[in-house]
Amino acid sequence: MHIQSRTAVLADENIDTDRIIPARFLTTTTRKGLGKHCFNDWRYLADGSDNPCFPLNQVEARNCTIVVTGGNFGCGSSREHAPWALLDYGIKAILCSEIADIFRNNALKNGLLAIVIDERTHRYLLNTPGISLSIDVREQVIELPNSKHIRFELEPFARHCLLEGVDQLGFLTQHIASIEAFEAYHEAEAC
Amino acid sequence: MNQARTLFEKLWNAHVVTPESADRPAILYIDLHLLHEVTSPQAFARLRANGIPLRRTDRTVATLDHSTPTLPATADGKRPYINEAAKAQVAQLELNCREFGVCLHGWDSTERGIVHVIGPELGLTQPGMTVVCGDSHTSTHGAFGALAFGIGTTEVGHVMATQCLLQRKPKTLAIHLDGTLAPGVGAKDLILHIIGQIGVNGGNGHVIEYCGPLIKALSMEQRMTVCNMSIEAGARAGLIAPDDTTFRWLKNRPHAPQGAAWKKAVESWRKLKTDTGAHHDRTLYINANQIKPTVTYGTHPGTAIALDAPVPAPTNVMEQRALDYMQSCAGKPMQGTKVDMVFLGSCTNARLTDLREAAAILRGQRIADSVHMLVVPGSEAVRRAAEAEGLHQIFRASGATWRVPGCSMCIGMNGDLAACGQLVVSTSNRNFEGRQGKGVRTVLASPMTAAASAIAGTIADPRPYMEGVANLNTPAENF
Repeated sequence: MHIQSRTAVLADENIDTDRIIPARFLTTTTRKGLGKHCFNDWRYLADGSDNPCFPLNQVEARNCTIVVTGGNFGCGSSREHAPWALLDYGIKAILCSEIADIFRNNALKNGLLAIVIDERTHRYLLNTPGISLSIDVREQVIELPNSKHIRFELEPFARHCLLEGVDQLGFLTQHIASIEAFEAYHEAEAC
Repeated sequence: MNQARTLFEKLWNAHVVTPESADRPAILYIDLHLLHEVTSPQAFARLRANGIPLRRTDRTVATLDHSTPTLPATADGKRPYINEAAKAQVAQLELNCREFGVCLHGWDSTERGIVHVIGPELGLTQPGMTVVCGDSHTSTHGAFGALAFGIGTTEVGHVMATQCLLQRKPKTLAIHLDGTLAPGVGAKDLILHIIGQIGVNGGNGHVIEYCGPLIKALSMEQRMTVCNMSIEAGARAGLIAPDDTTFRWLKNRPHAPQGAAWKKAVESWRKLKTDTGAHHDRTLYINANQIKPTVTYGTHPGTAIALDAPVPAPTNVMEQRALDYMQSCAGKPMQGTKVDMVFLGSCTNARLTDLREAAAILRGQRIADSVHMLVVPGSEAVRRAAEAEGLHQIFRASGATWRVPGCSMCIGMNGDLAACGQLVVSTSNRNFEGRQGKGVRTVLASPMTAAASAIAGTIADPRPYMEGVANLNTPAENF
């Protein structure tokens, strides 16, 4: 699994899930079509036109699928609508030195690469928007334009699922006998 | 071998179906799965598409809370939904629960309410359990010594289908609390103070166990307020060891064990505490004696300070932007800032004791003409109990609006919002930009501070309003 793109930067720290997808768009009952509301209140002006101050509206940020963000990206709610909206908006990877737990978990389950990088690399990428990166999930490395390779950690099971297309529900279902045994043992004990 | 274990380790170990290894997470069994209309429809759709039944309907309970109007139905029975999408989302949960055989506390239920209020109220939440919900404030249930955390919709589907989750074991952070809360200072001030200390990311990767003499002295409602906001420090779960306060509160609740089973349960629940000598990854000590009524000045819950303390000077562009958004002035306290709306509600602070604390201050007083105050009880049971005590009349007489239960302005999905630029003193849990409406400035506060601020028309210290107000920190007998 490879992702190649120039980077766009959203330097704010603590970009919360309400900023990624405001709550009023959560009345949907599907996963689809949330991209047009991604970063809605930051991205659009009151008249619905593009906000020229929103970093991802800049010409040089167009078509960037890798976004470097300020620390603690995705804090706040457990809404999976946040990664659904980012993916539908065209973003494939979030790079940051710290990513909120539930968001990261939700993102990886949907194929959005929420990747934690070391602080030094993070500072460099925040200050160098628009450089071309290549993310290799199998090798767990990010290749910089100078051919320098930066290694990142990725939870091994999440990596396995991303690479092999493993459906986690399918994986859990294979363990139904263990689950039944657990229930039989503990529920007998409780009686 | 008799190894010392933390409360978290005991809960974790008791629910491991298969242990974690280097290349795969543990399979963790979930005792109680709570559902609401916002984060469940896509999970039900997955089950339906794959012909999978919901495995344990007896461990699954649903309610309507987020998208629901807080204005009552009209004479012809119509609910004033904000839009067709909200109405359709509620109808979808009703349909899903019928189709999959899930117990739903819907519009016709006398027990409907905010998911994190009704779980404990009904005795569904019990010590020693694992509890999940597609909602980050599931951390609330940790107040009972349950391992409780929010999950995404994909995981909601996993639990529906298998009653299990794939989980990596988190680290633990012990927060040892000493001292006592001064009059006029509540559990909300305590947890805001804690988040102010450790930061909005201070709990990332950890489960927080709150312990120490102060925690022992708190009521269950106060403990729920503390655990509720653990996620605002980034911790997925908060935990408090169950004790006699817990057992007294739970006894005779509809789903609590009865008779001999109750005795047996209490006996086993007493073992749910961190053993002497057990290891936490981090430990923090906080003395609560100096904590004052606390509010937020910025755009995340970590920006918490005493309401009479000066707003700190910004140290970077982002902090300056947050102050600009909030129109907070560095060097000046938040106290005295003009207030447009006051919201008393949410899974943080909409239980009977929260309403009592605010009502005690509002009794015989009028809220400022310039302030609109919304009081939204956490559940139908809270509403009934409050009305039986006449609290609704106190709120109405003061000029506040008394609504039907729901999440309301905490998330604003149902249309309960403020106008752009307005300042809301809110007993909810998040002061993110736009959380209560585009351009709305949210200041998080306790129910007491909210009530005092409503009267003053500015952010106000509740203590001068409390002369003659009795100590309300006594346990509620009938929730």
